[in-house]
Amino acid sequence: MSKIWDIHGGIHPAENKQQSLTGPLQAVSLPDSLILPLSQHIGVPASPVVSVGDKVLKGQLIAAAKGFVSAPVHAPSSGIISAIEERAVPHVSGMQAPCIVIETDGHDRWIEHSAIADYRKQTAAELVAIIRDAGITGLGGAGFPSAVKLQPQQAIDTLIINATECEPYITADDQLMRQRSADILIGIDILAHILGDPERVLIGIEDNKPEAQEALAKALADKSANRHGPVIDVVEFPTKYPSGGEKQLIQILTGKEVPSGKLPADLGIVCQNIGTTYAIYRAICHGEPLISRITTVTGKACNKPGNFEVLIGTPVAHLLEQAGFDDTLCPQLVMGGPMMGFALPSTAVPVVKATNCLLATTAEETPALPPAQACIRCGHCADVCPANLLPQQLYWHAQSRNYERLEAHHLGDCIECGACSYVCPSNIPLVQYYRAAKGEIRLINEEKQQSDRARIRFERHQARIEQEERDKAAKREARKLAAEAAKAKRETDAKTVSTDTKNASAEKGTSDLDVVQAAMARVAANKASPQDQRKRFERAIETTAARLAKAEQALEALMKDAKTDCTKEQLAQRDQQRASVEQARLRHQEAKNKLAALDADQASEQETEPALKANRSDDPALDRAATAIARAQKNAAEQALMSPQQKLQQLRDTLEKRLSKAQARLAQAKSEDSDQLEAFGNAVAILNEKIKAADLELAAFDQSRPPANKQTEKSEETQ
Amino acid sequence: MTEMSSLELLLTAVIALVALATVFGVILGYAAVTFKVEGNPLAEQIDALLPQTQCGNCGYPGCKPYAQAIVDGEAINKCPPGGQATIDALANLLDVPAPELDAEHGEEADVKSVAYIREDECIGCTKCIQACPVDAILGAAKLMHTVIADECTGCDLCVEPCPVDCIDMLPVPQTLADWHWQTPLTPAQRFAGNNHSDYPNANLIATDRGLDDTEDHAA
Repeated sequence: MSKIWDIHGGIHPAENKQQSLTGPLQAVSLPDSLILPLSQHIGVPASPVVSVGDKVLKGQLIAAAKGFVSAPVHAPSSGIISAIEERAVPHVSGMQAPCIVIETDGHDRWIEHSAIADYRKQTAAELVAIIRDAGITGLGGAGFPSAVKLQPQQAIDTLIINATECEPYITADDQLMRQRSADILIGIDILAHILGDPERVLIGIEDNKPEAQEALAKALADKSANRHGPVIDVVEFPTKYPSGGEKQLIQILTGKEVPSGKLPADLGIVCQNIGTTYAIYRAICHGEPLISRITTVTGKACNKPGNFEVLIGTPVAHLLEQAGFDDTLCPQLVMGGPMMGFALPSTAVPVVKATNCLLATTAEETPALPPAQACIRCGHCADVCPANLLPQQLYWHAQSRNYERLEAHHLGDCIECGACSYVCPSNIPLVQYYRAAKGEIRLINEEKQQSDRARIRFERHQARIEQEERDKAAKREARKLAAEAAKAKRETDAKTVSTDTKNASAEKGTSDLDVVQAAMARVAANKASPQDQRKRFERAIETTAARLAKAEQALEALMKDAKTDCTKEQLAQRDQQRASVEQARLRHQEAKNKLAALDADQASEQETEPALKANRSDDPALDRAATAIARAQKNAAEQALMSPQQKLQQLRDTLEKRLSKAQARLAQAKSEDSDQLEAFGNAVAILNEKIKAADLELAAFDQSRPPANKQTEKSEETQ
Repeated sequence: MTEMSSLELLLTAVIALVALATVFGVILGYAAVTFKVEGNPLAEQIDALLPQTQCGNCGYPGCKPYAQAIVDGEAINKCPPGGQATIDALANLLDVPAPELDAEHGEEADVKSVAYIREDECIGCTKCIQACPVDAILGAAKLMHTVIADECTGCDLCVEPCPVDCIDMLPVPQTLADWHWQTPLTPAQRFAGNNHSDYPNANLIATDRGLDDTEDHAA
């Protein structure tokens, strides 16, 4: 006999289990239609893989798992998919959710399925994949996909099978153990094999199920001869609600407390419900997916209470009919137990994977709760809390919606067992407050995440807009600078021409003038040393001669080759070579000419114009400078000739040209009904204004003509 | 002798104080450099409390600018999407009394809504895309646009610029994913008949305990 530990708190509500244990496990007749919600588990809803009108067989996959924490859905019977739509699901809100509806054909024909002959020969991963594909979820009530639990990252040394079933009225697991304990043991062996044969395998069972214990013990004795798996220990412990909570059961059986925010796997423990274990046995040893479960139907509003093996998706009304349900006696129908269950909004909802009980109680059995009174700080709730929380404090903070304090008091560790509500002498629905607060906190966290995302998106949006603005501004700035530089250059060019070229090198200007000045300085330098120049020309003659000779040689070689074999490419090459020979010759000739010219210049001792000319072809920079000077000279001459009035007139003319262009564009935009109509309109208006301004200036100029003229003359003189 | 000692005493005290001042000065200077806080932490804290709708109802171009404005002395009751909850949180943070929401800037919406573009009518002008502060609208010029509902903050800044008026603000329907239990009614609310719960008796749990006692006694 293993040692057992005690948990804090707990209550002893009336068990009311005998009503549903009078008869054997009953089968349920095939309903006309089966309604299968896509989300019967915790995690991402499954996505349909069939469409309306499809024929499906019993056990056929109709909705596939989507993501890691998800479970597929299978057809519980053969028939035709009649709808994939929103239907009422078993949820306290009475809301609808996507469901697949199957019209059964009554044949109940199985799809081809095969069992694993010897699961010991399979790897854990293969078996887990089968369990996952069979759509098995925790049948204890929470509906967490079992395959996820069977793939722990941590090493597992203890496997716990939860056969506690601590909530009043429910006897589904009890009945299962009484009738199918041998199969359950095989399921446990499979689980142990998947988890690498943990040291201990414990079945936790309350002492209010002696028959189930006996059945298990008998099956164990029968099997012990030819069993391979680890030793299975059936651990009995005193009945107390809520011993069946996963964390509570672990504490009872191992004495270890699962820390807040951690999983049992962190302690090397995996816990599975006994019903789930049976479903796993069916999946591995019979190849059957999870399409049916055992559900307790009880309460005094049913005259034939009992446990029913029911197909998932069977409408609750159909199941209740089998149990002799009297609608008039039952003020509210509950799915689940009296402690943690919830009232069903209608009987049209289907039985789902997590439906362990339908509780049809009369008003006498579960009277309406008397109105809540003020909390008297008796502290009973704290005494019974199995999670060691302070329910009163949680109640105060939940009332004032102080979520920070609620989290500080570990609201998240509340298992919503309802023990506090049960003992409250003031009838305060404590657990309702915690459920509401938990929901609000979850929503707030979700909103927070969403707003964080919105903040990031907004900041990126702003950054992008700013970057665009900066780029635009930079471009504008660059254009402005370029325009200024060009203007300055024009001005200095004009100045340089008007002053003596000899003084050019001495003249100081803005940085924009540097190029021109440098060029002028070089001109002057060249002028100053004709000896150097001569040397350079001589060197140029030499190099060009050498290049010419080389090019001629290459051409000859090519011609020779071409005689033997002449392709298009070679022809082209030859032509090219010929051209380069010609060029080299020209260069050579030019250099010779220049030298001759220089000699002639020196002879005549004339230093001004010809030197510039000789230099022109020698230095490309100088060449450009010279042309620029020439252009500037011309411009300056023209500008000098042009009166200010004429300048204004010219400006006005250009403006008018632009206006006519803009008007044309506007007209086009109008005819095309373009989005940019407004922009074009604006542009025309601006141009009109500018022209008006120019006209005004012109008029003003006309009036004050004589003095203005004088002024310009004066300014020209000073230049 | 006494004069000497008193002078010595004085000197020792002065030297000690100067030494202490130097040491602490160095420590403070070092701390000021090492633990310098980048940005304005208060503005960031305020920004974290704002709903990030970026609607501009407060008169600032987004939640962050409004957070900065609050730091600079702006009123805290100009955020209709945040509603009274945000005002209370801000008041709590800044330790000021919580005012009522300034109705001038809009009213608090009961349900969250998101923009929806009637795609048949969209002419692809991109005006709503430019207006969206969180880049939640997809589309290109002369092509249909659509709203990424998950990213939409419901600021309705895109509604007004639409030239063909094809954007609606639709309330987000409640789903099972975001449903949660309501807090039970207080006695005062019950007396006022303010019954906001439309689902069946939520106070089911453990109502059979009277029976428990009787059975125990019977047993």
